[in-house]
Amino acid sequence: MKVIVTVKQVPDTSGKVAVNPDGTLDRASMQTIINPDDMNAVEAALALKDELGCKVVAFTMGPPPAEGMLRELMAMGVDEGVLITAREFGGSDTYATSQIIAAGIDTYGVDEDDVILAGRQAIDGDTAQVGPQIAEKLHLPQVTYAGEIKKEGNTFIVKRMLEDGYMTVKVNTPCMITCIKELNQPRYLSVGGAFEAYSKPLVTMTYETLKDHPLIDATTIGLKGSPTNILTSFTPPQKGAGMMLEGAGKETTDKLAGILAAKHII
Amino acid sequence: MAFNSADTAAFKNVWVFCEQRQGKMMPTTFELISEGRKLADELGVELCGILLGDNVDGIAKELGGYGADKVYVYNSPLLKDYTTDAYTKVITDAVEEIKPEILLFGASNIGRDLAPRCAARLHTGLCADCTHLDIDMPIYKNFLREASTLAEERIEKLGTVKINGQDHDVSRDIKMTRPAFGGHLMASIFCPRFRPAMATVRPGVMKKREFCADCAEKVEILHPAFELSASDIKTEVVETVKAAKKLVDLIGADFIVSVGRGISKDVEGGIKLAEELAEVLGGVVGSSRACVDAGWITADHQVGQTGKTVHPKVYVALGISGAIQHKAGMQDSECIIAVNKNENAPIFEVADYGIVGDLFKVVPELIESIKAAKAAQ
Ligand SMILES: Cc1cc2nc3c(=O)[nH]c(=O)nc-3n(C[C@H](O)[C@H](O)[C@H](O)COP(=O)(O)OP(=O)(O)OC[C@H]3O[C@@H](n4cnc5c(N)ncnc54)[C@H](O)[C@@H]3O)c2cc1C
Ligand SMILES: Cc1cc2nc3c(=O)[nH]c(=O)nc-3n(C[C@H](O)[C@H](O)[C@H](O)COP(=O)(O)OP(=O)(O)OC[C@H]3O[C@@H](n4cnc5c(N)ncnc54)[C@H](O)[C@@H]3O)c2cc1C
Repeated sequence: MKVIVTVKQVPDTSGKVAVNPDGTLDRASMQTIINPDDMNAVEAALALKDELGCKVVAFTMGPPPAEGMLRELMAMGVDEGVLITAREFGGSDTYATSQIIAAGIDTYGVDEDDVILAGRQAIDGDTAQVGPQIAEKLHLPQVTYAGEIKKEGNTFIVKRMLEDGYMTVKVNTPCMITCIKELNQPRYLSVGGAFEAYSKPLVTMTYETLKDHPLIDATTIGLKGSPTNILTSFTPPQKGAGMMLEGAGKETTDKLAGILAAKHII
Repeated sequence: MAFNSADTAAFKNVWVFCEQRQGKMMPTTFELISEGRKLADELGVELCGILLGDNVDGIAKELGGYGADKVYVYNSPLLKDYTTDAYTKVITDAVEEIKPEILLFGASNIGRDLAPRCAARLHTGLCADCTHLDIDMPIYKNFLREASTLAEERIEKLGTVKINGQDHDVSRDIKMTRPAFGGHLMASIFCPRFRPAMATVRPGVMKKREFCADCAEKVEILHPAFELSASDIKTEVVETVKAAKKLVDLIGADFIVSVGRGISKDVEGGIKLAEELAEVLGGVVGSSRACVDAGWITADHQVGQTGKTVHPKVYVALGISGAIQHKAGMQDSECIIAVNKNENAPIFEVADYGIVGDLFKVVPELIESIKAAKAAQ
């Protein structure tokens, strides 16, 4: 058995986000981090490894510096990294991204007792589509929004969170499960692991590696193969400054209540 | 003939996936039907609902009241509980046969599980978690004039795009606008080469129209034949559990009083003050994620990017700093009131009225003032 985790390197959107004058994101000036939900997927994978001694392989598609992220994950306990990288893959929407990652995973090989874990959503594209679309391309069943995972033989019992409660879902391997923040508390990087990380195997898959896979075709990958196109991107205008009420006393709250009443808001 | 999503001319009409749970229609469905009506009118085509479940005919008519011309109903015991496999099969088979040009889903935990799977099977594009949809170019451009900082020349020029070397006129394409990068950036996406153009739409954003009883009577209910067997379904739903506590209805509320980490010095007292203020206003209590993460309040109260998107008449933010992920869920409220002890808190950038001060002092006074103002009316 092995656990495959898909991990994306993303710009850190929690701090200041720099936007170019033309409305595109100034990625160069931003820090990159491991996508937060993916850390929960990695933790779930490592917990399975602790329990069952299985192998954990992290897959990422991205520019070559994403290798650094894979080494970081290896320092945490991931056994092997796969970097999918090629100019031809750039500009992919979720359809094309899933097509490529699925081809990479399929080339690596999925066994009967394997599980693929993904994050629910990446904080840059924010679509939550790549997990389910990889599952579709690999013809695997999926369970999304996993808030709890238990393994019994080759069956996973997943608590799938809903807005108004949850479902308990049973699924057999091989399958795809997407992970949310509530699933677990990701562990920290260990210093000991940092040295070991560089002796672990890291595979690079390029266009050459994958070009003969049935999922890879000029019409299904990259910008040209993406069914969606961006018509325009923009930043919303800042709302005009509101009225700051002077002082924090009763006169101020009276004044505010008076304005609200006069405007028939209350 | 095999299904060909690239034969765009063969596709017609706007479809909405009508999500129900335990036989009850999800409120988002009515928002989507209302929005779908607008799109269908702009295109001059029909609006159709697609409803899956077990014995759900009884809830189909109501969709007509919000604008549906037709509802395709698929009943089967195998569709009683939502499963990705069964729902994907029935929907994609229906799409391949009847060929709608647009297909909308609510961006719920179910819609966001189902729609990507369907899009991947149909070989078409899916725009995630949209907050605005347009067909008509002049209306779309006016939207950009209001909602963006783009220069007029750039907006004026929009209309024809080079797609793989060929000019493509976008005037009949659905333009799907959505936030990305945690709300820092908006993008309008379209799907020029394949049909249906698909989108998931954020709950609480589209306005539900006035219910029309006559239209509900007139809606056409159809039961197309379909194939589905137990062996199509690879997952087993063991149980579905509704949260025991009644969840707060943030999306339907006219008044929301939200608390943030600013209540930390007396969590219980702070929540109690918010409840009192909400009661005086006739509203409910919301929260920032910080309070949810700290375990002070349950997750159904969370407003923001990973919580609910709300647009009440009045949104009161108590001790909330105004992080972009929080603003993403509340900045379209009609009136925003912020109380924060830090005069530089970013929440004041979106507030209509701001009071700099300790919420534990300001809120009791505000409650008294509002009571008095209401009594005087
Ligand atoms: C402003 C903007 C808006 C966009 N809107 C859309 C849209 O509406 N529809 C659309 O189809 N595309 C859209 N895209 C393109 C989309 O962001 C990219 O295809 C992106 O590569 C994958 O989508 P995501 O970031 O949303 O990932 P998600 O689908 O949110 O990611 C879910 C999980 O999939 C895995 N995963 C995702 N990407 C990778 C990767 N590169 N390597 C390894 N694992 C990965 C991770 O486990 C991740 O947690 C948009 C892009 C931009 C810049
Ligand atoms: C991927 C992602 C998704 C996220 N999604 C969400 C989301 O959906 N919703 C959300 O809210 N956040 C979300 N966040 C978190 C967000 O970035 C902020 O961390 C969070 O909103 C901060 O909450 P806060 O304003 O309550 O706390 P803080 O930022 O700590 O602010 C507390 C404020 O209270 C003020 N204060 C303190 N004491 C008092 C007092 N006695 N009286 C008055 N004012 C006082 C302080 O001046 C300060 O401004 C997300 C983050 C990430 C990375």
